This record gives sequence, structure tokens and C-alpha cells, in this order.
Amino acid sequence: MATIRLKKGYDLNLKGRIVDPSIAEAMKSELFAIVPDDFVGLTPRMDVREGDRVMAGEPLYHDKSYEQIQVVSPVSGVVKEVRRGTRRHIDAIIIERDDISDKLRHDTNGDIKEVLLTSGLWAMLRQRPYDIVPSPEVAPRDIFVTCFDSAPLAPKLSVVLGDDKQYLAKGVEVLKTLTDGDVYLGFRPGEEIEVPGAIVNTFKGPHPAGNVGVQLANVKPVNKGEVVWTLDVITLARIGRLFATGVMSHETVVAVTGECIGQPRYVHATMGCQISSLLDRMDASNTRIISGNALTGFRVEPDGFLRAPYRHVTVIPEMSKPDEFMGWASLCPSRFSIYRTFTSWLLGKKEVSMDARIKGGERAIVRTDEYDDMLPMDIYAEFLIKAIITFDIDKMEQLGIYEVAPEDFALAEYACTSKLELQRIVREGLDRLRSEMS
Amino acid sequence: MDKIKPAFMPGGKLEKLQSVYDGMETFLFTPNATSHSGTHIHDGNDLKRTMITVVVALLPCLLFGMYNIGYQHYLAIGQGDASFWAMFVYGLVALLPCIVVSYAVGLGIEFIGAQIHHKEIQEGFLVSGILIPLIVPINTPLWMVAVATAFAVIFAKEVFGGTGMNIFNVALVTRAFLFFAYPSRMSGDTAFVKTDTAFGLGDGTVSDAFTGATPLGQIATHVGDTLQLNNVVGEPIGTYDAFMGLIAGSPGETSMIAILLGAALLLVTGIASWRIMCSVFIGGLAMGALVHAFATPTYAASMLDPLSQLCYGGFAFAAVFMATDPVTGARTHIGQYIYGFLIGVFAILIRVYNGGYPEGAMLAVLLMNAFAPLIDHCVVSFNIKRRLRRVAAK
Repeated sequence: MATIRLKKGYDLNLKGRIVDPSIAEAMKSELFAIVPDDFVGLTPRMDVREGDRVMAGEPLYHDKSYEQIQVVSPVSGVVKEVRRGTRRHIDAIIIERDDISDKLRHDTNGDIKEVLLTSGLWAMLRQRPYDIVPSPEVAPRDIFVTCFDSAPLAPKLSVVLGDDKQYLAKGVEVLKTLTDGDVYLGFRPGEEIEVPGAIVNTFKGPHPAGNVGVQLANVKPVNKGEVVWTLDVITLARIGRLFATGVMSHETVVAVTGECIGQPRYVHATMGCQISSLLDRMDASNTRIISGNALTGFRVEPDGFLRAPYRHVTVIPEMSKPDEFMGWASLCPSRFSIYRTFTSWLLGKKEVSMDARIKGGERAIVRTDEYDDMLPMDIYAEFLIKAIITFDIDKMEQLGIYEVAPEDFALAEYACTSKLELQRIVREGLDRLRSEMS
Repeated sequence: MDKIKPAFMPGGKLEKLQSVYDGMETFLFTPNATSHSGTHIHDGNDLKRTMITVVVALLPCLLFGMYNIGYQHYLAIGQGDASFWAMFVYGLVALLPCIVVSYAVGLGIEFIGAQIHHKEIQEGFLVSGILIPLIVPINTPLWMVAVATAFAVIFAKEVFGGTGMNIFNVALVTRAFLFFAYPSRMSGDTAFVKTDTAFGLGDGTVSDAFTGATPLGQIATHVGDTLQLNNVVGEPIGTYDAFMGLIAGSPGETSMIAILLGAALLLVTGIASWRIMCSVFIGGLAMGALVHAFATPTYAASMLDPLSQLCYGGFAFAAVFMATDPVTGARTHIGQYIYGFLIGVFAILIRVYNGGYPEGAMLAVLLMNAFAPLIDHCVVSFNIKRRLRRVAAK
């Protein structure tokens, strides 16, 4: 076991933390949805039509190029709507729950890969390069599992995990059969769990220490031509549980957090449930509901659905100070910045309120070190971003595009004085690179 | 603001001024735009704040510069006992036209450029506009300032794509343009001390002992084995006077104290790279020590000790405000050390051994501006090689 100290990054101390780790029950959700955009890299081909009945665990769609990769229904019920957007892009597959609650059972004595693919758990794995659902044809060099979430207001994964901790060993055993390399687990110091067969590392330091890509880069970085799988500890436990019981679990624990939540708390829920079932009655005007954390999550409406990775909801004000007069000249310490150009640093690290305003216009990159200070990897982040913008494939490869995922740049995007959309730039760069390379 | 907005939108009466309207609106009010993709929260810092912090850091130099203009003037006309306020107000009215011209010309061109490209007005010139009056000699005619500013903004910035894209520091290009286009007005006895009246203030006849050359100007024309620098009325001065700043020179550059105040703000707020700033001083000290060790009357400047080298002329001002410009400087950490160190070395090298240019800081920064991308390229190449070795090591 090694302890790795990461110095770069920043822990944003947002208002709306969970104090009480007990878990409440969510209100019953009638509608559930799977959003294909959550499973990056797959091109959906529908297996069901509106009106079909599905069991929990039955496939909703499969991937166009690898038909074995399936995405399954989290509940039993009837497919109510296949919601399509522009150019027939599938926005969401909505299922109305019924009370029969039957679940698809898997024969876990069969081929391990086959079981993972058909259970829908494969779609929850990711691979570097490209940060997409892995191809079943390539065996990974290693598999990395992050066991904590360091994002602002993120849930403690040990709480989300709960009793499923017992399945971790089984999960590691299963993954070991899929790689010639090792399975690495990354923990916070003091929270580590010894799991037979896995290599355990601990990571000290601020966000993004919990990002699996950061852990990977600091243990054994991805090189050109290599493939590494990444997942979180919750998915690992689900894999273990599937192979121990034959049933895929779609249950989850969601941290409902943020400034606009009266009492932030954990709730039991099911993947893809309606957001409104997780929130107490609240005034939805001038609030922004985010499925996920404030850095990488997705904006959803109250009648929207919980999106992958199905464990976090953040609600922040949309605009707390409209028409702020000369905000750039403010000397008020409550106007928060991680930089000392504002006076907020004089107050120390107290909880801060943050709304969704961008607070500035988009500019060319002027300040140095902003990205590098937020990315604890051996990568010149700013030069990489410039290479992606100009789409210089050689430079991108040389500077380490294969090691990064959009989420690794989320904190840099927050900190960017020039207000560039780094996650979008990286995602588009990765997608374009993948289509050039295939 | 919202009431008059429609007139400035495309199709409105004043659509040609849309960029100006946007500029004013975002100046007065923090934009209400909220994020629609990517992170949902953003830091409070933006480029406006960054630039305005640099302007604030320049204020000590600006205010001291105004006082010093008045001080030198009253000294020259033999009224060295004039009151503080008389000196300050004289300097204020003497410098103000230059500031107004610099901003009017620079911002005017930026506004027009932004409107042509339908872009937002960018903040870069906020800093350049105040730097320019601080580094040009006070007696420079305003039309020269206007021409030089226009040249620098158009050819050193806009043609490269505006703020954040320029290769050379805009303020220094202005200074260099003046220096090479009108050399007779940029050095010698008449450039740095304003002896005539400013808007009717400071009337008087210049005393007989008057010489208006800056210390470095005196060094450039010095002959003999012993070096003694004088102020404008021929009294001897030393390093202490240069540190305090009551000597002849460009308005912003004379006082080490004012410069260090600005440096402190830039370093505390983290806007300027301490790596660059420190390594410029270290480079200057190292080169200063070297030339002092081989001091010879042929090159009079080599007779200054290293510390004095840092205090005289524009060295410190360039180190704190010019070399640290992130857009034109090196952007990698190792690169910043090299970049800064070489600026220090070249500034002293040019100052001492090139008789044609009494001051080397300006040319040193411009020279290293040109080399900064190369330095970064080399540093980044090391990172790339390391990554390739990782693959080869398998």
C-alpha cells in the first residue's frame, strides 16, 4: 500500500453539506428514465418500443457496434415514452413502474464477460483513452477503482455502499479474470478496506484526488496504445453482488445536497428515479437542480430524472444577485474567489454560497498556471487545451490526451479567469480524436 | 441600461455601437448569464478584476511619478522649497494629458476592432493604457504618444487577435517605437524633466546649474575614472536617492519604494509570477556583479555596484510590471525561471556595453518576449520526451 500526496487542486466548501449520515426513504417515484447520453461512446439501437413491458434488468437498448453491450431497465414496468430530440437523438427512455417488481436473474456460472455485458453493468465501466464505455474486444492493462468522491458536497461513498461492502472481494475476483494486470483501489487515508487480490493506494489532498483518472495518472499512467478500465467502488460492489446473488441491483443511495435544500440528507432510491421524488417540497423558481455535483453534474428540471452515476443531487441558486453593480470591483469578502484578487480569502475557509452565474465574459487565456494548479497530473494542461482547440493530433497525443477525461478539467473550468468551457473542449476533442483514429 | 438596449441590438438605430454598449453594460453590471454546459459554478474572478488589480498595483508608481514630475520641475527652476501639493498638482496636470491620450487612442482602436469583429471589448488595454504614460519621458509631445500607441495597439496586438494573443508587450512596443522613431526626443537633457509650465502652473526660469539628464543618461556620456551622478541642479546623488525615487527619469520608473509596493500587491494576489519577478532580479544582480568585477572607465555603467544597477533606470519597473505580463512571458514554471533570469542578464548587458542605449530593460524584455515561446517549447518537449520514454520503458 502506498500513500500518494497530491498538492494541486482545491476543495470548494459549498453551503449545504450533509451533517447527519442516516439514510431516509425517498418518496415513491412512478416514472424512471435511462438517459443514453450517460453512457458515452455507445450508439443506441432500441430493443423495446413504447408500450412494451420490461422486467428490471431487461435490456432497453444495445450498442450499434458492439451488440453485446446492453443498457437495462432499472425497474419493472411499461416503456412509456422514448423521448427523442433533434435528429432523432434519443434523449431518454421513460418507464412507468408497475407493482409486479420482477427482476431478471442471470446465470452467473456462464462466461463472466457475457454476464457483465447483458446485466447492464458493462455500460457503467469506463475506459481510458477517450473516457467511454469499454470495447469488449480489448483486454485492459489494469483496472482502477476510485473508492471516494472528492467533489464539492459529494456523498461519502462508504455511506452509499452500506452493507454492500461485503461484495467488494467478489467484485475484485471477477475483474481480475478480465485483465492480465492488476486491480487498483484508491482510498482516502484512514478509510481503506483491504480487499484480497487488489492493490490498495491512499490519496491525500484536495479535489480532484477522488477522480479515478487522477489516481490512475499518479500510480501508473496510460500510454498511447494502452487501455485501462475505470470505475467507482459502488459499481465494483454491484458487480460483486451480481455474481454472488445472480441479480443486478438498481438500488442506490443519493446524497441530496446544496444551499437550497432545507435539510441535506441521504435517501434510498432507485437509479433513474424522478428528481422530484428525492426533494422535499421546495420553491423551484430561481434554483438550479443538478443531478451530480456542481462541477460535472447535469442540469435537470424537477420532473427530470436522476442521472449517472446515480448518487448525488445538488441544488444551488440560479442567480443570487441579479444585476450586481460593478461586481468586478467588489471589495466585499462574501464574493467568493479562490484567488486573492478578491478579499474572500481573508475570511478563511468558511462555507460559501455560489450561484450559477458565470461572472465574466469569455476571453483568451491570459493567466498562467490556472489549469496546471487544478490538475494533479504530469500534464501541461494549458498546452493540452490549446492543442485540442487547434485539433493538432500529434500535439494532443504527445501532451497526454489519452490520460484525461472531461471531469479532470472540471475544477480548472471553475477556476478559469477566461471562462472557457474546458469540459466541453476536452469531450469534443476526445470524440473527434476517436473518430479520426477508428 | 435595459431601456436603451434595443437601440444597440442588430437592427437598432445604434447597432454600430453594440460592442461599446456591451462593454459599458458588463463594466457596470456583472453579467447575469448563467452556465448552460459544463461546470455549474464559476469563480468570482474574471479578466476585468485581474486587469484592474494590476492598475491598482500601478497606482503607487503613478502617484509618486506625479509628485516627482513636480519635484524635478521646481528643483530645476530653483524653487525646491515649493509645497508638496504644489509639486503634486503640477505633476498631475503635466501627466494627465498623456494618460488621456493613451487611453483615448488605445481604447478607441480596441472599440473599433471589437465592433468590426463583433466581439466583446476586452480589458487588456486597461493596463497598457496606464503603463504607457508611466514609461514615456514626460516631455514627449502628445501626438507622438498618440502615434506610438496607435502603432502598438494595431501592429503589436490587434493583428495578432487582440488581448491574450499578442507576442510583444504592447506598452513596451509603444516605448520602443518612440525610441527608434524619435530618438532625439527620448534621451538627453530635455526629455525627462519638464521645465516649462503645465496649464499655467509652475512658472519660473530654469536655474543655471540645470542638467536634465537621467543618471543612466549621465553614465552614457561619462568620461573619466570616477563616477559621480548628479541631480538636475548638479548636486551629487547616490543609490539611496535612486531607491527613494526623487531623481530624473520616466514618471513610473524612478522610485523603488513605489515599485515594490506594487510588486507586493501583485505577488499577494498571485497575478504576477513570483518566479519571473525574482529571477529577473537575480539575473540582474548576477550580471551586475559580473560587470562590476570587470569594471572599466570605457564602459562607465560597469562602475555601478550590482544593487545600484537594480535601483537606477527602468530595471525594477520592467521586472515587476513588464516581464511578468503573462501573455507575452513564458508560461511553464521552468521556462519562467529561464525567461526572467535572461531578462535580468540582458538588461544589464545592454545597459553596460551598448553605448547607444542608456537603458537596456525595455529591449531585454522585448527580446525575451520573442524567445518565450521557444523556451516554453523546450520545457514542454521535456515533458513529451518523458511520456515517450514511459512507453519505451515497457
